[in-house]
Amino acid sequence: MNLILVLVASLFLAAIAAMPLCRRPVGRPAVYGFTFAVCTAIVVAALPALSAAEAVAARVLPLGIPWIGAHFRLDPLAAFFLLVINLGGAAASFYAIGYGRHEQANERILPFFPAFLAAMNLVVLADDAFVFLFSWELMSLASWALVMAHHHDRGTQHAGYVYLLMASFGTLCLLLAFGLLAGTHGGYLFPAMREGSLPRFAQALVLVLVLLGAGSKAGIVPLHVWLPLAHPAAPSHVSALMSGVMTKVAIYGLIRLIFDLSGPPEWWWGVIVLVVGAVTAVLGVLYALMQHDLKRLLAYHTVENIGIIYIGLGLALAFLANGMATGAALALTAALFHVLNHSLFKSLLFFGSGAVLRATGERDMEHLGGLIHRMPVTTATFLTGCAAISALPPLNGFVSEWLTFQAILISPSLPQWGLKFLVPAVGAALALSAALAAACFVKAFGITFLGRPRSRAAAQAQEVDAFSTGAMIVLAALCVLAGVLPSLAVDALSGVVETLTAGARLPQQATMPWLSLIPVSAARSSYNGLILLVFIAVTSTVVAAFVRRLGSHTVRRSAAWDCGTPDPSPITQYTAGSFAQPIRRVFGRTAFRASEHVEMPEPASLEPARLRADLRDLVWEYLFAPIASAITYASGRINALQFLTIRRYLALVFAVLLLLLSGLALWQ
Amino acid sequence: MAIGGDLAIGDVVVQGVQLTLVLVVAPFLTGLVRTVKARLLRRRGPSPLQPYRDLQRLLRKEVVLADSASWLFRVAPYLVFAVIWVAAALIPTFATGLLFSWSADMIAIVALLGTARFFLALAGLDVGTSFGGIGSSREMMFASVAEPAMLMAVFTLSLLAGSTQLSSVANFMLSQHVGLRISLGLVFVALLIVAIAENARIPVDNPATHLELTMVHEAMVLEYSGRHLAMIEAAAFLKLLLYASLLACVFTPWGMAAAGEGAIAYLVGIAAYLLKLTLAGVALAVFETSIAKMRVFRVPEFLGAALMLGLLGTLLLFVTRSL
Repeated sequence: MNLILVLVASLFLAAIAAMPLCRRPVGRPAVYGFTFAVCTAIVVAALPALSAAEAVAARVLPLGIPWIGAHFRLDPLAAFFLLVINLGGAAASFYAIGYGRHEQANERILPFFPAFLAAMNLVVLADDAFVFLFSWELMSLASWALVMAHHHDRGTQHAGYVYLLMASFGTLCLLLAFGLLAGTHGGYLFPAMREGSLPRFAQALVLVLVLLGAGSKAGIVPLHVWLPLAHPAAPSHVSALMSGVMTKVAIYGLIRLIFDLSGPPEWWWGVIVLVVGAVTAVLGVLYALMQHDLKRLLAYHTVENIGIIYIGLGLALAFLANGMATGAALALTAALFHVLNHSLFKSLLFFGSGAVLRATGERDMEHLGGLIHRMPVTTATFLTGCAAISALPPLNGFVSEWLTFQAILISPSLPQWGLKFLVPAVGAALALSAALAAACFVKAFGITFLGRPRSRAAAQAQEVDAFSTGAMIVLAALCVLAGVLPSLAVDALSGVVETLTAGARLPQQATMPWLSLIPVSAARSSYNGLILLVFIAVTSTVVAAFVRRLGSHTVRRSAAWDCGTPDPSPITQYTAGSFAQPIRRVFGRTAFRASEHVEMPEPASLEPARLRADLRDLVWEYLFAPIASAITYASGRINALQFLTIRRYLALVFAVLLLLLSGLALWQ
Repeated sequence: MAIGGDLAIGDVVVQGVQLTLVLVVAPFLTGLVRTVKARLLRRRGPSPLQPYRDLQRLLRKEVVLADSASWLFRVAPYLVFAVIWVAAALIPTFATGLLFSWSADMIAIVALLGTARFFLALAGLDVGTSFGGIGSSREMMFASVAEPAMLMAVFTLSLLAGSTQLSSVANFMLSQHVGLRISLGLVFVALLIVAIAENARIPVDNPATHLELTMVHEAMVLEYSGRHLAMIEAAAFLKLLLYASLLACVFTPWGMAAAGEGAIAYLVGIAAYLLKLTLAGVALAVFETSIAKMRVFRVPEFLGAALMLGLLGTLLLFVTRSL
């Protein structure tokens, strides 16, 4: 515990030291190298704290508010999230040693990067509301500064503005939630909140406030609007941290406040979280499918994964409320495993998109293509990430979705009718979002890396440096490892799950035969990614060898067949827009009011014909735009109060006085 | 077969027989469908053994590879074939409780088919032609409805049997307390619709057409030739067999041998399995000849019906176990 606090403090020191260093050439490798070392050290230091058997460590430091101090605590839940944060942090730092070489605005990144990492670590370690909120706000501000690193770019300022607004709204909600939890006597320490009992309506209010506060940071629909603007605007290694890691800190906030601090849950909490999760999952992936900007597609897809995690958490709440602790353990394991998995593959994919961005200067998929011939390592690792995030066996994304499905399949024993009707629909939404995710990543990978180059930049792309490829290879390897040996991860999670479900956990997996994953019982369900991987590898190799031996092995290169009418121009290829068109027509009519307009030129005119697809963001139109216009309208009206004559001011003061007095009279 | 029991030689042999059996029978099933269809259309048609000859011919021919094709294009046929073969080998055909049937349950089998589809769709985009793209894009659109529909059907079955293992589901269907259930009827129709769509059969797609704009699966694999095409074709044969076996295993599990019942039971199981496949092939041919292909954008509605049926089945079982 002491060691971890010292390491986090050293990150803050690094942020200060980076200020004079950042304009020198040695600054960049020094800062990133240092954060890499510190993050790796925290990962190592946090590992033993994962098991519940280890005593929970707590420290009070004489910082912050006088006489109260700052409280820190390291329990298995915090240790798990420390692991996620610093695994992502270490990978991003290592990647950035190479990636940052071409960065123009290092002086606007280097000081904030270690501060961002330190703030995320502190959120997880906090044991009182003050430290939590302070670090939460620090995390928001540091990441906002990183988003604004390229503030001259078109759209970045808008992104930063929207992000700042949403972040302060989120912190406000959390502040109010903590106020409720602290009760009338102001117990702002987490242990005091755990002891205290709230009236029911206050508990419900806390749930809503946490969903708004932590949910807006995680990007649940409809509070996701800032996320696809801000995440892609940052430099790619920061995008990876924001999408892969910071959203997980938001998940941590939800778990800490709802599962740990606010007392025993009611069954309908599960309903709310499940509905939010299902809507978020489906809409997130549909939004992602409509994007042509690679980084924005990835950011929208984060929204989908947050939905999947919320579904797991909602099921866990429903089980907990009904005293079904084993079910809760299964659902929580699924959710937490998905937290880890998503941090791995989303960081990997953002690194890949950063590599593409640096090699070609393009984020728009319509100008990419054919990179598989030019960037072999990036392609292979990006493909692994795409397969993992699309929940394809035998990779890791599938395991956590499989566990979520298993949790859904034991939920008919939930007694409430509301849940009985809701859970199958949530299962269908989860299945739908998984299938759409596969379509989304066929598009993302296929248009970006396959086919023929659609621009000169794509045709001349070069593979990126060894640091970047190294970070991507390690993350891809971790994705495969977590997929074929999920038992180890599930066992490591059992300590975390035990602390949240009052002792219930999944059976010990490492002792299962053949390292199979058996969440409930062998007669019910089992899965073995390792055997599947070995089977697929062996059969495909044997078949390939067999075919080469018995059949022909000549290969002749020639022009593409294309039904006899090949066109040498790469613009005749399928584009991102045309790939998404069938899904846009099937799902987009309702979700986005999608419409297509064909503009045909006059006969004999040389104008090109045009097809325009219009999508409307209904969330923005019906939720945020009215709020924004109401605020603009009100502030315009109130502004007039600044230009009154003294007579009118006096009349106003008198009127207010009368109003207050009459209010007082009525009160008594 | 309990997980990780001792590796008995007999079990290995049975699993080996299953692996070979599905591979050997798969082309025959497709050939049979083609022959019966031809007869129904009053053509003589090729022999049911024609697919074997086709495969042999393709294997011997050279591969003509597009200039822009990458390694992914060359790896994908083997990968797709291997994944579908593994999935087909995990479905109980003539015996339940196969050696490795516990390594993937029904959800994993659905996802394995998703893996195969993922790589095939990528291969369709690899050369950079418009036909490959149209095929991939439409295939993924169909799959985005078909896969959840299949998963909901799987949910219904596993809620009934209390297990996601296919062996347990088959054993449950063989047992006395199945009876006639509404949910089973719903699932049967849903699985049939998904099977038709996933195998690119009429009315969703036409496996015989080479009219460019009416095809989906064929457009995706248009650039393949030689041994690569042989692998793709074999994978398609296996996939048809897989769905037929799945339906047979769940809805007509009669005659299947239980684990370790001896050679006679296994032989009976194989005979019953071949009989079921023949019936399924004939039924498919009759169905295909009696219906017209639908427009591409009608297909999501067709598949959406399957999704709704699967969801309804699951919902019924969440409400009461007896329906």
